[in-house]
Amino acid sequence: MPAAGQTLRKIIAQSQKELLADWIQTQLGATTLRSDLMKESELRDQSREFLALLQAAVESGNTQTDGASWAPVRDFLARVSRSRAMQGFSPAETATFVLSIKQPLFARLRAEFGGDAQGLADEIWSTTDLLDKLGLLTVESFVKSREELIQRQQREMMELSTPVVQLWENILALPLIGTLDSERTQVVMESLLQKIVDTGASIAIIDITGVPTVDTLVAQHLLKTVAAARLMGADCIISGIRPQIAQTIVHLGVNLSDVTTKASLADAFSIALKRTQAKLPQQFGATT
Amino acid sequence: MEKIPILKMGRFLLVTIQVDMHDQLALQLQEDLTARIVAARARGVLIDISSLEVVDSFIGRMISNIAAMARVLDAETVVVGIQPAVAITLVELGLSLEGVRTALNVDRGMALLHERLADEQR
Repeated sequence: MPAAGQTLRKIIAQSQKELLADWIQTQLGATTLRSDLMKESELRDQSREFLALLQAAVESGNTQTDGASWAPVRDFLARVSRSRAMQGFSPAETATFVLSIKQPLFARLRAEFGGDAQGLADEIWSTTDLLDKLGLLTVESFVKSREELIQRQQREMMELSTPVVQLWENILALPLIGTLDSERTQVVMESLLQKIVDTGASIAIIDITGVPTVDTLVAQHLLKTVAAARLMGADCIISGIRPQIAQTIVHLGVNLSDVTTKASLADAFSIALKRTQAKLPQQFGATT
Repeated sequence: MEKIPILKMGRFLLVTIQVDMHDQLALQLQEDLTARIVAARARGVLIDISSLEVVDSFIGRMISNIAAMARVLDAETVVVGIQPAVAITLVELGLSLEGVRTALNVDRGMALLHERLADEQR
């Protein structure tokens, strides 16, 4: 009886062409085919390349897919999954690419072994094991590339969502949109403080109209930002507090009494103007 | 021995911290500054820390202490030139320098002190 993997090697070496044709046929007939996302020629190319790489890997005699001889196969599958993730395939559809080779392959194994049920079962088991590992690999790299995409978008959103705008001489506005977590607070704080240095602003209006919920943590983050701005010599006004949020803040026992708060950005702006203009003549008088 | 210079500008004293602070230096500064406030009858102290890139709780506490001492001697302390990174660090350390006035730069700090003096004389 041949050793496990021996017959697989033989089949792939001898009937690669037929196997490839059958496999592509299977893939083209499957319900998971996404002809809207991918051209048939691309599928053919990928199938051919995979089979060639698989043959090279199987030839090495190593059945451990994490071995060095399987590196080209792993790289290829990672590349395929990444491109499919970008094209909008689902994880199942991506994994089916590898798993669909089972059917034509097993049909050949059956023919090869004939009546030897014992040998057939052994060979099928080792082949299934191998292909399942490869299938899992595709899913894993699929998920990984999706995660990278999500992280990149998160980062971009973070940068986009913290604009610091100058409303007037010495007055900055910081319209916050979305949930405030500690990471975002850090970004907000940094960009606000940098802008204070750049513009020499003395008043910063933090508008929280776009912040959906305020809990103790968010309130603490806000107070931290206010404290940091104060250290840089800028006063903060918090505006855009909605009625529900005012209620929540009081119920939570958050103390905002040290900070000027206004219901709307317009109110905050008008008081900021009043404060800076009241100060300006004195300042000029003092420095000259 | 190294010393932090204290400059007199009218009724105000100007201190620029440009070297790494350590215990001995801080104690020396406290002693010198209180002596100068009394000798010069100073009404305000301006501490410029714009060249400090790193702060720790020790420096934070030292600044608070100096401000408290100056207040006892009827001089107001304004800390100016806090870098963004330093401000964030101080806040994260829980040292928001309560009771100390702050300003963006020496100009603004001076304006603040003058304003305070003018208010009092009115």
